[in-house]
Amino acid sequence: MGAIIEIRGVVNRFGRQVVHDGLDADIRAGEVFGIVGGSGSGKSVLLRTMLGLQRPAAGSVRIEGEEVAGRPERELLAVKRRYGVMFQRGALFTSLTVQQNVELPVREHFRVPGGLLAELARLRLRMAGMPDDAAAKYPAQLSGGMTKRAALARALALDPAILFLDEPTSGLDPISAAEFDELVLDLQRGLGLTVVMITHDLDTIFRVCNRVGVIVDGKMISGTLEEIVANPHPWIQEYFHGERSRAMREQAVTNG
Amino acid sequence: MSIEVRDEGGRTRVHIRGRWTVAEVSENQPAERPAAARAVEFDVTGLEGLDVSGAWQLRQLEQGLVRDGGRAAWSPARPELLDFIDRTMHEEGEPPPPARTPVRGLAGVLHEVGETVVLAKEGALDLLGFVGAVTAGAGRIAGSARRLRMPSVVRHVYETGVTAVPIVSLIAFLIAVIVAYIGAQQLRKFGGEIFVVDLVTVSVLRELGVLLTAIIIAGRSGSAYAAEIGAMKLNDEVDALRAMGMDPVEVLVMPRILGLVIALPALTVVALLSWYLVDIPLGQYVERVQGSISEYTFWVGIIKAPVFAVLIALVGTLRGMQVRTSSRELGRLTTAAVVQSIFLVILADAVFAVIFMELDI
Repeated sequence: MGAIIEIRGVVNRFGRQVVHDGLDADIRAGEVFGIVGGSGSGKSVLLRTMLGLQRPAAGSVRIEGEEVAGRPERELLAVKRRYGVMFQRGALFTSLTVQQNVELPVREHFRVPGGLLAELARLRLRMAGMPDDAAAKYPAQLSGGMTKRAALARALALDPAILFLDEPTSGLDPISAAEFDELVLDLQRGLGLTVVMITHDLDTIFRVCNRVGVIVDGKMISGTLEEIVANPHPWIQEYFHGERSRAMREQAVTNG
Repeated sequence: MSIEVRDEGGRTRVHIRGRWTVAEVSENQPAERPAAARAVEFDVTGLEGLDVSGAWQLRQLEQGLVRDGGRAAWSPARPELLDFIDRTMHEEGEPPPPARTPVRGLAGVLHEVGETVVLAKEGALDLLGFVGAVTAGAGRIAGSARRLRMPSVVRHVYETGVTAVPIVSLIAFLIAVIVAYIGAQQLRKFGGEIFVVDLVTVSVLRELGVLLTAIIIAGRSGSAYAAEIGAMKLNDEVDALRAMGMDPVEVLVMPRILGLVIALPALTVVALLSWYLVDIPLGQYVERVQGSISEYTFWVGIIKAPVFAVLIALVGTLRGMQVRTSSRELGRLTTAAVVQSIFLVILADAVFAVIFMELDI
């Protein structure tokens, strides 16, 4: 089974600082892939590289076999319609209502009659677990959790095959975070999505991720959760075997 | 055709073919609906692509049929996405609140007037409160020099003053040229061409120099003030200042006002220096200038500059502080800052003109 996203030898540099130094990864269709790494290890840069927003100094990124790295905007359009992105702080357009935010990408790319456009936006909001009365609100009127849900609804607007989530549960309380994880899992199963998420949240990793990629020393070590947890790299050991994670893993074992 | 209704021995069979995705939504939309029949079988064997948008349309078809009292069957099976949408839509949730219907007729006009009055009142109170806060801030700064943030003031003097020198002097020069040419044409009729120096000197020194400089700076720095502070508001930076026990008026507003109060008179002097007209020999020119100006002429012009500066800086920072939620507000208020500060500058100039006339200066 081929990878839906194939990253080969990606190098990213900012001045003399090398962020990625020949990074490889394969993300398979239908899985939930978690990207983990210390602050400043280049998780967001990797995300931007995968989205085609950042041109790597070397290497290639293929989404469904299409090269993304260094391609002009215009040629990337077809690829961009295949993915949806939820940015860390939502990145909702503040001058539009929630509903208009969700309608925007559809309106831009396709000819859809008005009534149906609204219905489809409502459906997306429902899928993201937004109450119906939130559709007419402006982003400034939403709580943190609702902002995330609205951003998720917008990411789903074009019926993507791949969903990128940048720290989906950051800033949420543990209960809301757990609900959000459930929501992502439910959507992933129901829509057959491939989900790529950057996260620091160990709970989220244990709950939803099938495989995990850890960025260390500018490269990525990826594998199933068990493989990664068993990896001897000191940073990974510290990350997964610190006080916090030990209790969590024990819990995950007893539950599962 | 992506949908086809066929009657097959008393049963209605609906063939769904091709792609049903968001890209084909409008082609599939005015889809032929099966007539209200008792039993309809949807045949999806020819379906090549389905996403949520397409599934929603199929579900609409199915629901329309069920509403009309029919029964739907799927062959070979109901697509899973439809089940997923069923689950999503299952909890009915509260209906969205009804949209506010616009009030029409006389009531509508009254409504509009009332809303405008309330908004105007709020705006006036806002302005009053802001002027009060700035006055209080100025009082505190006068009380203790430590509260005067010198590096910040210097930065604003540089940004609004020094960097504006080229454009201000160029515009002042061009305006002087225009006045001189028009003036010379008229004065030639009386043979008093040399008085063109008087005309330019007096009009530039008293009015045009300071007014034009103020208008340029309102467009240049008034907008920058509003946009900069507005962006800080959107980014919660102003709240962060407050939370750290710093007064945003003292930290953000006062240095800008002070900076402009220093920069604008200085720029006005620069503008006044740029009006020397090349056509006339320098000696004669200077002589004429000295003859034309009274001891007040220069001061009558320059005295207005700090007042204009305060107006521009106040309006710019106030509009910036009024940004609350959205980037659209930022644009609207930045525009308002420029338009209103130019208006206020011209209004103040008119007031000055009346005062000077009464004082007979």
